[in-house]
Amino acid sequence: MTTQFKESIETALNNGNLTGALGRFSEAYRISRAKAYEGIDFEAVRDRIAEIKGSASSRFEELAEQFKQKAESRGAKVFRTADPDQVKQYILDLAKAEGVKRVVKSKSMASEEIHLNAALEKAGIEVDETDLGEWIIQLAHQTPSHMVMPAIHMTKEEVAEVFSQEVEEGQTPNIPKLVKFARAKLRPKFLQADMGITGANIAVAETGSLVIVTNEGNARLVTTLPKIHVAIVGIEKLVALLEEIQPILTALPRSATGQLLTSYVSIISGPVPNPDGSPKELHIILMDNHRSDMAKDPKFKEALQCIRCATCLNVCPVFRLVGGHVFGKTYTGGIGTILTAWFDELKKAEDIQGLCIQCGSCVPLCPGKIDIPGLILELRRRLVVEKGQSLAMKAIFGVVNNRRLFHSMLRMASVTQKPFKQGRFIRHLPLFLSDLTDFRSLPAIAAVPFRDMVKAIVQPKGGDKVAFYAGCLIDFAYPEMGASLVKILNKAGIEVVFPDDQTCCGAPARYNGAYEVAAQNARENIKALLETDVQYVVSACPTCTVALKHDFIDTFKSLGVTDPLTLAEAEKVSAKTIDFSSLVKKLVDAGRLTFKEGEALGKITYHDSCHLKRTLKASGEPRALLQQAGHEIAEMYECDTCCGMAGSYSLKLPEISAPILERKLKHIKDTGASKVAMDCPGCVMQIRGGLDKDGAPIQAEHTAELLSDRFL
Amino acid sequence: MNATLEAFKTRAEAVSAEVHRFTGRQEALAFILGFLREAGVSAAPQCGAVWVAGTFLDGTVQAELHSQVPGISFDVTQEASAAAKVGVSQLDWAIARTGTLVQDATAVEKRLVSSLPPIHVALIGTDRILEDMGSVLQHLRPDQFNYISFITGPSRTADIERVLTIGVHGPEQLLIVVVDEFDRVTP
Repeated sequence: MTTQFKESIETALNNGNLTGALGRFSEAYRISRAKAYEGIDFEAVRDRIAEIKGSASSRFEELAEQFKQKAESRGAKVFRTADPDQVKQYILDLAKAEGVKRVVKSKSMASEEIHLNAALEKAGIEVDETDLGEWIIQLAHQTPSHMVMPAIHMTKEEVAEVFSQEVEEGQTPNIPKLVKFARAKLRPKFLQADMGITGANIAVAETGSLVIVTNEGNARLVTTLPKIHVAIVGIEKLVALLEEIQPILTALPRSATGQLLTSYVSIISGPVPNPDGSPKELHIILMDNHRSDMAKDPKFKEALQCIRCATCLNVCPVFRLVGGHVFGKTYTGGIGTILTAWFDELKKAEDIQGLCIQCGSCVPLCPGKIDIPGLILELRRRLVVEKGQSLAMKAIFGVVNNRRLFHSMLRMASVTQKPFKQGRFIRHLPLFLSDLTDFRSLPAIAAVPFRDMVKAIVQPKGGDKVAFYAGCLIDFAYPEMGASLVKILNKAGIEVVFPDDQTCCGAPARYNGAYEVAAQNARENIKALLETDVQYVVSACPTCTVALKHDFIDTFKSLGVTDPLTLAEAEKVSAKTIDFSSLVKKLVDAGRLTFKEGEALGKITYHDSCHLKRTLKASGEPRALLQQAGHEIAEMYECDTCCGMAGSYSLKLPEISAPILERKLKHIKDTGASKVAMDCPGCVMQIRGGLDKDGAPIQAEHTAELLSDRFL
Repeated sequence: MNATLEAFKTRAEAVSAEVHRFTGRQEALAFILGFLREAGVSAAPQCGAVWVAGTFLDGTVQAELHSQVPGISFDVTQEASAAAKVGVSQLDWAIARTGTLVQDATAVEKRLVSSLPPIHVALIGTDRILEDMGSVLQHLRPDQFNYISFITGPSRTADIERVLTIGVHGPEQLLIVVVDEFDRVTP
C-alpha cells in the first residue's frame, strides 16, 4: 500500500465528524431499511433484478440500438459512444451551437465519472449542481463521498462555512435554514439555465424511456425549465421491458434511503413542450466506457447488476470508519472499488481493494445479488497475476507452501517467543511488530501443538470415524480447542482421526490473491484428508471450513484447472466437510450426545463469525447448543458484524482492525455477560486479545471449549 | 372509507402529505377555496395561486372562483408559477401501496404548478386510487405519454447530516384532495 493511501486512511480515521456521522448512519440505516421492506419478499425482488439486469448486460448492443431507435422515433436525439471524451465533446458542441451559457444539473454519477463539470467550466460555461449534496461538494471543491448522499461526510457547521465563504456571508449551522438558503439561491439558476443535464436510473429499451428518481424535485425542474435536456446514461442502466422497472423501483428507494418510493419518479419518453410552448430538445447520450468489456468478462459481468443503492457502503464496517474519499474521486465503497477498476483502470483499485475485510455483510443485502467481496478477491487475484506478489508476501507464502518448513518454524516460535510471553498471551512486540500488539494481545504459540497432543488421547475404536481438520490456529495456538472437540465427539462414540499431512487451508494465500499457493495447499490437504475413510471432515474454524467446502473448488476453477480427478476429489472433500457446531447439533438431535441435566451456567453472549454465519449459514446451531447446555443468551448489538480480525487484514491494516474491535468489545460489554462465545479461533484471537488489553473481566471462548464438559 | 383509500391515506400521510376526502365536488371546492384564502392567496404580488383547469372544474365558472379568491389564475406560465404561493392541479391516478400520485405531465403547465410554488394542492378522484404501480402503468403507458410524473409526498432532502428536511426545490406542502364524485356535476 502506498504511503499516500495509508495517510488518507489515517486522516479519515482521525476525523471525528466523519466517523461519528457514518457510525450513527450505519446504525439507523439497518432499521429504516428493514422497515421499508416489511411485507416485501426481498429475495424474490432481488432474484428478479439480477435476472433482468443480467439478461440486459448479455445484450447491451441490441438493447442500446433498440433504445436509440425507439427514442429517436419519438423525437429524441440519441448519441452512442464508448469514449468519455466524446461525451464531453458532444455536450460542448451542442452548447456552442445553441449558445448555452448556463447549465443546471441534477445528480448524475455518470457525469462525475467523466469529470464533466471541469470540461464545461473550462469552456466558459457556468455549471451548477442542484442536488443539495452535490451543490455542497461543488462549492467545497470536493468529490462525492457516497453515491446516494454525496456530502454525508460534512457537518452542518462545515456546510454553513462553505455557504458563507462561497455564496453569501453569515450562514449559521441551522439545517432547515441552510436548506431554505439553497432553495433560494438555486431557484434563479433553474429559471435562467439554457441547458439541463441529468443522469437516469433506468433506461427502457422497449419504449425509449428514461426513469429518473429524486427526492428534492430538482430533476423535475432541470427537465422542465431549460430548453435543452441532456441525459447521460451508462449503458448498464438499460433494461429490455417497461415492466422490468418495477422490481428496480421497489428495491432502489427501500435500499438506498429506507423509503417506499422517493418523492419524485419521472418517466421521460420523448420531448415535451417548454414553458414558452416551443418543443424541448432532448439529447440522450448512451455511454459505454468499459461497460461492455465488463459484460464480456465472465466474473465481472455480475457487477453490472448494480442499481447504485449504496447498501454495500452503508453496511460496510470499514466504510463507516473511513468514509468515501479514501476510495477515490467517483464511485466509493465495495461496488465503487470494482467500478473504479473497470471504468478507470485496474491499477487505481490496487490500494483500495485492500480495504475490503471480506466479512460479507453486503452480500445478503445487495439488491443486484452481486458477490462484491468475491469480485474484490478476483481483482486482488488479477492484480497479483499482473503485478506479482510483494517480496514480503512471497517470502511468507514460500514458507506456507512448504508444510514441514512452516510447521517447524511454528514450533521454533514457541521457543523464541519466550521473552515476550506472559501466560497465554504476547502483550508487547518490539519495533515494527508493535502495531500488532497495540490494541490486542496475541496468543502465545502452544508448547505442544495439537498434532502431537492428539496422539496421547485414548479414543473409542471400532465405531464411526471423523477426520479433524485443525487449521493453523488451533493446531499451534489453541490446541485445547481441538482437545475439547475430540472429547465431545468421543462422548458420541466417534473416533477422531488427525491426518498428519494436513497443512494450511490456503485462505491466507487466497485472500491475498496468491491463488497458485492456495491451490498447492488445497492439493496437499485433499490428499491428506482422503487418505482415511471417514464419514465427516470436521473443522472448528469457519474460515478453514469454507476453504475445504467452497474455496478449494473455486481456486481450482479460477486457475482454469479442468482435470476431472482433481475436481472430483475436491468435491468429495467438500461434501464431507462440516463445521463443529453443525456436527454436534446433528449428534445431539440424533440422540448420540446427551447434555447433563439442570445446569444453570448463567448469561453468555454470542459473536457470529463472518464465514460461519454468511457462508456456512450456521447461526442457530451454536446458540441452540449453548442454551441446551444451560446458558442464557444475551444477544449483543450487531452480533454478526465482523470483529476486525479477518486473517492478515488485521496485520496489514491494524488502524482499521482496532476500531472495529473496539466497537465489538463495547457491544459485548453492554450485554453484561461474563462470557462471550464464538466458533472461530481467529475471532477468539482478536476478541480474547482485545479483552485482555482492555482488562474487562469477560472470557472469550470457542463454543467447543464451553461445551467440552457439558455432555454425559 | 374503502380499504384502498384508507391505505393510500395512511401511506401518503406517512410521508408528510395531507389527505382530505370529500363526497361531492362542491364540498371539495369550498374546502379548497377556504384553504387558499387561509394560505394567504390574494391579488398581491407573490401571493397568487396557479390552477391547471381539468375535468374537476367542468361546469364551474372560472371567473366566479377568481371573484371568490382574487389571486387565482388559470393562465399558467413559468413566471406566474414561479411567483405563486400555491399550485393546483388534477392528478390522473394514485397508488395505495406507496401513497403516490401519478400524472401524465406532458403538458408543461402541470409540471410548473406542482414544482415551482411552495404549496401543491392535488385533486384526485377516489376511484382513481389503484393498488400498485403495475396497475397504474397499465393505464398510463410510457409508450403513449412522453412525461409521466410520480409524486409521493412533498419535496425532501436528508443531504445535510441525514436530517430530514421538507421542501427543497419542490413544494414543502402537499395537500391531497380526494373526491368521490369527482367528474359528476352535482346540482
